[in-house]
Amino acid sequence: MNPTFSESTLSNINRLLSRYPADKRKSALLPLLHMAQAEFGGYLSPETMDYVAQLLTLRPIEVYEVASFYTMFHKQPTGKYVLEVCRTGPCALNGAESIIDYITRKIGVTINEISSDGLFTVKEVECLASCGTAPMMQLGERYIENLTEQKIDDIIDRLKHGERLDIEPNPENSILFRSCQGQSNG
Amino acid sequence: MVKLLLDGIEDPSIRYLNGYRAHGGYQSIEKAITMSPLDIVEEVKKSGLRGRGGAGFSTGMKWSFLDRKSDKPRYLVCNADESEPGTFKDRYLMEKIPHRLIEGMIVSSYALGVRHAFIYVRGELIWVAKHLEHAVGEAYSAGYLGNHILGSNFSLDLTIHVGAGAYICGEESALLESLEGKRGYPRIKPPFPAVSGLYGCPTVINNVESIAAVPWIVTHGGDAYSKIGVDKSTGTKLISASGHINRPGVYEIELGLPVEEFIYSESYCGGIKNGRALKAVIAGGSSVPILPAELILKTASGQPRLMTYESLNDGGFTSGTMLGSGGFIVMDDTTCIVRNTWNLARFYHHESCGQCSPCREGTGWMEKILHRIEHGHGTQADIDLLVDVSKKIEGNTICALGDAAAWPVASAVRHFRHEFEFHVRHPDQVTAPNHVANAAAYKYEEITHAKNND
Amino acid sequence: MPKITIDSIEVEVVQGTTIMDAARQIDPHTAPPAMCYHSGLNGSGGKCRTCLVKVVQTSETNPRPMPKLVPACRTLVEDGMKVENNSSPEVISARKGIVELLLINHPLDCPVCDQAGECDLQNLTFQHGAETTRYTEDRRRYPTKSLGNLIQLHMNRCILCFRCVYAADQLTDGRDHGVLNRGDASEIGTYIEKSIDNDFSGNLIDVCPVGALTDKTFRFKSRVWFTKPVYAHRQCETCCGKGVLWLKGHEVLRITGRRNAVGEVTEFICNTCRFESKSLHHWEVEGPAPIDQRSVISQNHYTS
Repeated sequence: MNPTFSESTLSNINRLLSRYPADKRKSALLPLLHMAQAEFGGYLSPETMDYVAQLLTLRPIEVYEVASFYTMFHKQPTGKYVLEVCRTGPCALNGAESIIDYITRKIGVTINEISSDGLFTVKEVECLASCGTAPMMQLGERYIENLTEQKIDDIIDRLKHGERLDIEPNPENSILFRSCQGQSNG
Repeated sequence: MVKLLLDGIEDPSIRYLNGYRAHGGYQSIEKAITMSPLDIVEEVKKSGLRGRGGAGFSTGMKWSFLDRKSDKPRYLVCNADESEPGTFKDRYLMEKIPHRLIEGMIVSSYALGVRHAFIYVRGELIWVAKHLEHAVGEAYSAGYLGNHILGSNFSLDLTIHVGAGAYICGEESALLESLEGKRGYPRIKPPFPAVSGLYGCPTVINNVESIAAVPWIVTHGGDAYSKIGVDKSTGTKLISASGHINRPGVYEIELGLPVEEFIYSESYCGGIKNGRALKAVIAGGSSVPILPAELILKTASGQPRLMTYESLNDGGFTSGTMLGSGGFIVMDDTTCIVRNTWNLARFYHHESCGQCSPCREGTGWMEKILHRIEHGHGTQADIDLLVDVSKKIEGNTICALGDAAAWPVASAVRHFRHEFEFHVRHPDQVTAPNHVANAAAYKYEEITHAKNND
Repeated sequence: MPKITIDSIEVEVVQGTTIMDAARQIDPHTAPPAMCYHSGLNGSGGKCRTCLVKVVQTSETNPRPMPKLVPACRTLVEDGMKVENNSSPEVISARKGIVELLLINHPLDCPVCDQAGECDLQNLTFQHGAETTRYTEDRRRYPTKSLGNLIQLHMNRCILCFRCVYAADQLTDGRDHGVLNRGDASEIGTYIEKSIDNDFSGNLIDVCPVGALTDKTFRFKSRVWFTKPVYAHRQCETCCGKGVLWLKGHEVLRITGRRNAVGEVTEFICNTCRFESKSLHHWEVEGPAPIDQRSVISQNHYTS
């Protein structure tokens, strides 16, 4: 089935496009791909990218080129919750490697794999600008910082039971998206 | 302690318009619109403010390069793509006091004759972008943005734009490409953005912290700002402190603070965690040369090292480093320098955009050599090869990422060659299970791994 | 008109000339090597870094020093500029380094590569490269992907010069391929397998400096140095109709565009001329194509 944005997303896209000069619609490509990834299954399938290309009157290859350049765009399906754990410099100094090891063992997956219940994917990512609160990871739109094994246990158990995490909510009515399926706070 | 950028941060309400105004926010706009734009540029020049993104180039000078004769629109773009390992100051400022950046954008746009400005926030910081977006909405409602700001002839639109995961987009011309909806490839300069930037129009690109300093400069004058700090390192600087310290976080310091005080004072880093000894510091974000304890506390000539552009650079790259973006990464005596260098080399390999050949091919090669040495498969010749490859990259690339990848590697070998040689000579010890499998750095004390035990 | 001195030879050029083009005016053979720059493609250049030169003196009007080596192909000449190319040990050393880096992931499969004998990378390595490699790791390998019946893609050989991307943008009616992914995982492709098919797509082969894009209809037919290139032309409604026929006896094995002194195709030909006119009766033969004496193709002495 061909992807089609909901009415409310389409009106958000119009708001988004109004923020760029009228003849520079391509500028909206990155935010638009975030919206598409959020709405169409947490990843960018070729059909989704073709649809975005059509909306911005671009050639499909222009969208493939861009989508494949940026690490936040997933080209393959992921688990409902994507745990993106920082592995760089200061996080590594503060035990990121053993935390990553712990998370993957706890869930029972290897890096980039989807857990058998479809809930989790663990990814290693580079520095997320949260070095003072290392080790840390991104879950959906938010950062979870100062990770310990206990904290990981708690988060994973809550997510498995569909409970909310204790995270400060974001401002509402934004048209900016972090593309992920499982919004940890909503 | 002087606080210009983080003033009022202890009050959570400063995130919102009313709270920000209660702390004197948005006053600089009222003053600015009574001044001529060029006078504001002069004040910024006088202030001695230097680009806080890492290069340390005079902000006023950068502004004066803007092509004002062109009949094309002019743009101001704020670089909020903070991605340099060890740096998290812009995120903190934008998250807690978004209006300070927005006020800076408005005043700077007025000075530069800009009608449409952008803040490019890295995609991962989506909730920070949302806070900014909310604050922008508040500023529009209050008449600080939009048409005829505060009844003047000055109009400005401000767009919050999000990236999607690419360190290279912190390079200003790559950021512009990305903002145009393309792959984040740095442009070949010249032409510089001041002549041909966003959409081919004259553009100024400044770091978050630089722009956030402008309201204070406009309100209090460039002279007042230049009196803070020492010599050519004027004003305050946000330092992101991380690593093996007791009190990691973002500190606003007056430039000129001794490094030793910054590391050991309870007002700042609070000393090394677990009472261990200091081994090394990366003072300005992962790209700058690493320095061993003795060279970070004192210069080669025995002077106390200060947190200034000049003092940190004292001795050049032989015995000095750079202030960079102020990402201050502290390592204690359990740290394996080889592993840390490999980690950073992997980062640059991962983040190389792939446009020019030395960086595309060289960063991967360096990572592979370092991986080999770290895992006990290296040879003595590999150490020299590593340095040689770094030299083939340095200075030969389109943008500074090549240098940024080469410097940490070259400096690690320069100052810690004995550790590299130890890895090569004692593969049995570096391949010990606790070294590789439980590679968390704090466990390194369990193996004979350091200089003294060799 | 600005004057520039390159390796102690002065030349006067028109305003807006690059150092590369000025050096080519002096002598195409001593000019800096170019793997990514192509004078017929707008915006190309600056990426491979093989043409780095040293500007030892800038102009009086713009005395801004250039401490780093600069790409000759993207740096404009200013009056009074002094440039060191082959005379600078620093340039030679940097160039040698670039060649080494370009080769670490190149398969070096020249014996089975159709480009061998007319390959810019081969020539570059011969002139500027080292005899051995210091790279001991596995070389990068890509899965085989098809671009259709006309163009053979060998991604392993690609040096990511971007010429084919510019060519598709500027010569064809719509680009279907591009550079995907990032860093050293970058690759040329269409993302979803798709054949590249339009009137001028064959030029992607001609602009490729290496054996990454070769003529599928010529694949493994002959080593280029066993064929005879002759200039020929034909009436064509789509393009200039000026080509080079690569002959074995009277058989036309391959048709390409004509190249200038630095090996760039300057007049692009259409796919009808290139792929569908492979018989002498389609063409009016003009005579032997000029071949650089140093080229292995000239070793057959067939031009005499």
